[in-house]
Amino acid sequence: MALLQLTEPGQSAAPHQHRLAAGIDLGTTNSLVASVRSGKAGTLPDDSGQHLLPSVVRYIPDGVIVGEEAKAQAVLDPLNTIVSVKRLLGRGVEDVKTLGSRLPYQFKQQQNTVPRIHTVAGDVTPVEVSAEILKTLNRRAEKSLGGELEGVVITVPAYFDDAQRQATKDAARVAGLRVLRLLNEPTSAAVAYGLDHGSDGIHAIYDLGGGTFDISILRLRRGVFEVLSTGGDSALGGDDFDRLVAEWIMQQAGIDDSADHAMLRRLMRDACSAKETLTTAEVAPLRVDLGNGDYWEGKLTREGFEQLVEALVRKTLVSCRRALRDAGLRPEEIEDVVLVGGSTRVPLVRELVGEFFRTRPLAEIDPDRVVAIGAAVQADVLVGNKSGEEMLLLDVIPLSLGIETMGGLVEKIVPRNTTIPVARAQEFTTFKDGQIAMAIHVLQGERELVSDCRSLAHFELRGIPSMVAGGARIKVTFSVDADGLLGVEAREESSGVKASVVVKPSYGLTDLEIEEMLRDSIDHAAEDLEARGLRERQVEANRTIEALRAALDEDGEVLLDKTEYQAIEEQLDKLIEVSGGSDQQAIKQQIDNLEKACEFYVERRMNASVKKAMAGHSVKDFE
Amino acid sequence: MSVTLTEAAANHVRSFLENRGQGVGIRLGVRTSGCSGMAYVLEFADEQEEDDQVFEEHGVKVLVDPKSLLYLDGTELDYTKEGLNEGFKFNNPNVKDACGCGESFNV
Repeated sequence: MALLQLTEPGQSAAPHQHRLAAGIDLGTTNSLVASVRSGKAGTLPDDSGQHLLPSVVRYIPDGVIVGEEAKAQAVLDPLNTIVSVKRLLGRGVEDVKTLGSRLPYQFKQQQNTVPRIHTVAGDVTPVEVSAEILKTLNRRAEKSLGGELEGVVITVPAYFDDAQRQATKDAARVAGLRVLRLLNEPTSAAVAYGLDHGSDGIHAIYDLGGGTFDISILRLRRGVFEVLSTGGDSALGGDDFDRLVAEWIMQQAGIDDSADHAMLRRLMRDACSAKETLTTAEVAPLRVDLGNGDYWEGKLTREGFEQLVEALVRKTLVSCRRALRDAGLRPEEIEDVVLVGGSTRVPLVRELVGEFFRTRPLAEIDPDRVVAIGAAVQADVLVGNKSGEEMLLLDVIPLSLGIETMGGLVEKIVPRNTTIPVARAQEFTTFKDGQIAMAIHVLQGERELVSDCRSLAHFELRGIPSMVAGGARIKVTFSVDADGLLGVEAREESSGVKASVVVKPSYGLTDLEIEEMLRDSIDHAAEDLEARGLRERQVEANRTIEALRAALDEDGEVLLDKTEYQAIEEQLDKLIEVSGGSDQQAIKQQIDNLEKACEFYVERRMNASVKKAMAGHSVKDFE
Repeated sequence: MSVTLTEAAANHVRSFLENRGQGVGIRLGVRTSGCSGMAYVLEFADEQEEDDQVFEEHGVKVLVDPKSLLYLDGTELDYTKEGLNEGFKFNNPNVKDACGCGESFNV
């Protein structure tokens, strides 16, 4: 007969209607699947008892191999064996180029912006590669739980942007899985530690995985998690430690940069195992196959290793400091720090993190499994196996969302670190008389100028009734759902015309790296302020110029004599000239000059229009 | 009239109860549903009902309501592994026939 699990009182499922759910940690280096059985969450092993599934997919002419077997062959067949595909997920071709020229794949040159990797089994996208990993985990879960999964919770780095989140969901769909929710990895780790059942306080989740680093500051209040801030680096992890060690070996062994792919793979593998050895040992012996029958032998001490990676570890602490600043906290206000990710096994990481937060980091749960376990707990709740107590998780958006306004400026509508789900609206208006359409450009990022932010979508609102500039009331609503996916709607209030867009992955658009974007926004804060000021002045100048031109055309020749007209024209030309420059003060000064020069003209226009209005009336009519 | 637990089942129940952090024991029962008449109930128990029959074995309390006991008399609850799948199994001598997977049954 079927095997049964203990359930909460009153939650026994009818036969064949077990609500099976799993949590999936789709990692850069390794992936895991976990589930709650008889009230206890645990990761699920495969047939040979392995819990970690290497996130490696090898394409062969008549099939696909996923996991350990694929990883073992990565050295032999580097071009058809895809590792760390998560780094490519949701990225455009241009982004992929900036990820380093060392990626050993043949990317197909093409018009489309989604990178396609050329393999013997045809060209594959990162979404398809990720889907293979998910399929393997799904099969394992269904065998372990004895039935089809109703849904899964998949974890993503807190720093994944909309395109990357959408790509993760796409991968699940391709794998035939129903995504109950995407969950930020650090939030998931906090759930796994049961911090939600502890006392109120502020916790930091330090997650240094194979390919990504995340720091999240969470506040637990009355059993509810609130993410105060998140930070990190979407391209920093244990792989980078390996790369540094591999480069050190190359230097020591005199291997030059032109080494072939297979050689580089072997080096990375040797570097990785040396790193792992140094977690417990003081010295790691090295023996590197040079490929020509020769071997290079040497050793790496822990001290030497720490010198190599210390700068990277310190880089993570910079992100920690920034996340704390975002949350308005000092390191000593953090109650405890949870370590997540295999790279937190490196003793130097524990030491420096402990030093920084002035507390001994928590690491009781296997740092490789903790995220999957939290996801399983969340999946169990979402699928409806938990009675009574609902777990509410609040997440935040990692980067501000906004739209482009006149002058190439970004108006932020949802600021970063806003908890989701959220809906925010703001009213905008038309810039020109008789304007009947408006282009909405949706952007993500912290900088002030459009050119420095990431473009997410463009759409147009048409059919605005013709009105004077500033007459239309256009409400732009941003809504971000629980998965962090964005919908934008623009609606003209008087006529009700509306247009909307759901932000789909915008692969291939200028993707400054997210961490970079954040750092830039701070580094360039002063410059941005200046730029925004300048653009605002320029917009103001243009508006003044347009208004004055319109007035002069209408009655300038009637109300002004030739000298007066010329004087105003002169000031106007001067403004046109300075507004093209970059001196804010000069523009402001010239706007003032022009306004002063026009004072009498404005007065005359006023009088003229009053006279016109009063014509044929006696003063009494207005009393 | 009684139900029993194997040692493996008791060990797992104890560990699950400990992990859950509360509960007086587990509740076994049957209810009508499913494709072949009856279905098993296997839940954590937070409190004992007045009519409950209580069996204690290997340090685990098993609660059964009197009506269910008629269908469960002589049942042994076991914990087993079948391939990757693992869980509790009812060895119930009263079962005359069951649906293909054994999740629902007739007496």
